[in-house]
Amino acid sequence: MEAPRHWRLKKQRYSLTGEVCPHCSAKIFPPRDVCPECGQEAKTAFQFSGKGEVFSYTTINDAPSGYQEQAPYAVALVKLNEGPIVTAQLTDLGAEPVRIGMPVEMVTRRIKDDGNERGVILYGYKFRPVIAGPR
Amino acid sequence: MKLLIPEKPVGIIGYGAYIPRYRIPASEISRIWHGDSDGMPIKEKSVPGLDEDTITMSIEAARNAINRAQIDPKELRAVWIGSESHPYAVKPSGTVVAEAIGASESISAADFEFACKAGTEAVIAGMGFVGSGMGDYVLAVGMDTAQGRPGDVLEYTAAAGGAAVIIGPASNALAVIDAAYSFVTDTPDFWRRQTQKYPEHGQRFTGEPAYFHHLESSIETFFAETGTAAKDYRFAVFHQPNAKFPQKLGKEFGFTKEQFQTGLLSPMIGNTYSGAVLLGLSAILDIAEPGDKIFAAAFGSGAGSDTFSFTVTDQIRLRRSLAPSTQAYINRRTEIDYAVYARHRGKYVMN
Ligand SMILES: [Zn+2]
Repeated sequence: MEAPRHWRLKKQRYSLTGEVCPHCSAKIFPPRDVCPECGQEAKTAFQFSGKGEVFSYTTINDAPSGYQEQAPYAVALVKLNEGPIVTAQLTDLGAEPVRIGMPVEMVTRRIKDDGNERGVILYGYKFRPVIAGPR
Repeated sequence: MKLLIPEKPVGIIGYGAYIPRYRIPASEISRIWHGDSDGMPIKEKSVPGLDEDTITMSIEAARNAINRAQIDPKELRAVWIGSESHPYAVKPSGTVVAEAIGASESISAADFEFACKAGTEAVIAGMGFVGSGMGDYVLAVGMDTAQGRPGDVLEYTAAAGGAAVIIGPASNALAVIDAAYSFVTDTPDFWRRQTQKYPEHGQRFTGEPAYFHHLESSIETFFAETGTAAKDYRFAVFHQPNAKFPQKLGKEFGFTKEQFQTGLLSPMIGNTYSGAVLLGLSAILDIAEPGDKIFAAAFGSGAGSDTFSFTVTDQIRLRRSLAPSTQAYINRRTEIDYAVYARHRGKYVMN
């Protein structure tokens, strides 16, 4: 993921902004301007709640270049409450084991750093266990 | 008149806390450096995760504040981040935060720096911005991921966390800002030069001539000008570099433990620098009742103090449950040892 490409996609990466289909109301992520459900044009922006659950996951021990600083880390398929499934890192697990069906919420975190503390820092969405306690 | 009171009355419309989940006990730091195990300045301190920094932490606190404010983030007219640990030396934290929370592009975005009172400095600027009618809503954040040199006395307390507030018209506030006051002098108590990782502190200046002199001066003037005293407030929060200083200061002015213990978080999470007073205020707002008066006094090295008085409105009952409480973040706790802490804080040299 290079900086210019990330910069173009930053709205969806920072805050999980997708689209909603004006024809069938399907919620779409990532945004692609065409509804995957009914095939019609869908360009209306939609802000996802960020809530979902772990659908499937794996642990990455041998991380690709630029991601080693955070390894080992878990990558999950997260089923959003609004329907779509997204791939994202899990974070703030502490000592909690990941499990299928675990309720998670979106947070914006550092995704990638070039490691020499000179380059631009890339931020984007990850998911963490939902914060318990009084609201 | 020395008080800062805007033409149009202003207040806090929403607030939000953030504290990372990792904790290192002071006893664990002492084990490594063979420190004196008696008389620890705090019990434990918060440590950020590997993927956290002042920007990511500000985003979460800001989202909590927006949820409580019940406004569209596009209504914000300024996004100001106060910190001494902005991830970039040059490149604003405020633009990333603004974009992530969905603010519009027609805003003022800036980073504030005044050691530990950078956050309250942004609040005072926000009072002026809203109070003059230049915009309806301003987001002001105080957030830090503070670092102490390994083995230094500051390493026991330098922690991570903070809070965001949205300043807006008093008519829509959950706490009206009655007045503020700011007192500064040129004092060399604590500093960090450009490109240096760890701060330096002038031992002779840290206690009496810095923390106590500036806070005492600012509180005395604020009380004299507002005609109030400790007994007029239900709650008080002071800058808290450790557990001892704020309690000593509070007692000097006649504040009781009942008044300041709710906002005194440093024993459990350490010194969150720019975050400290706003985070203590957040813990108070979590339990305050309509009509309660709150007193807040920040301190920043270099040096200066900001003081505030707030009056809580009935809006607090509707809004406080719209985001996680400060206590929920304190309770979310994973203990780590010094080796993991050293990795989280970038203390290992990899290249
Ligand atoms: Zn459709």
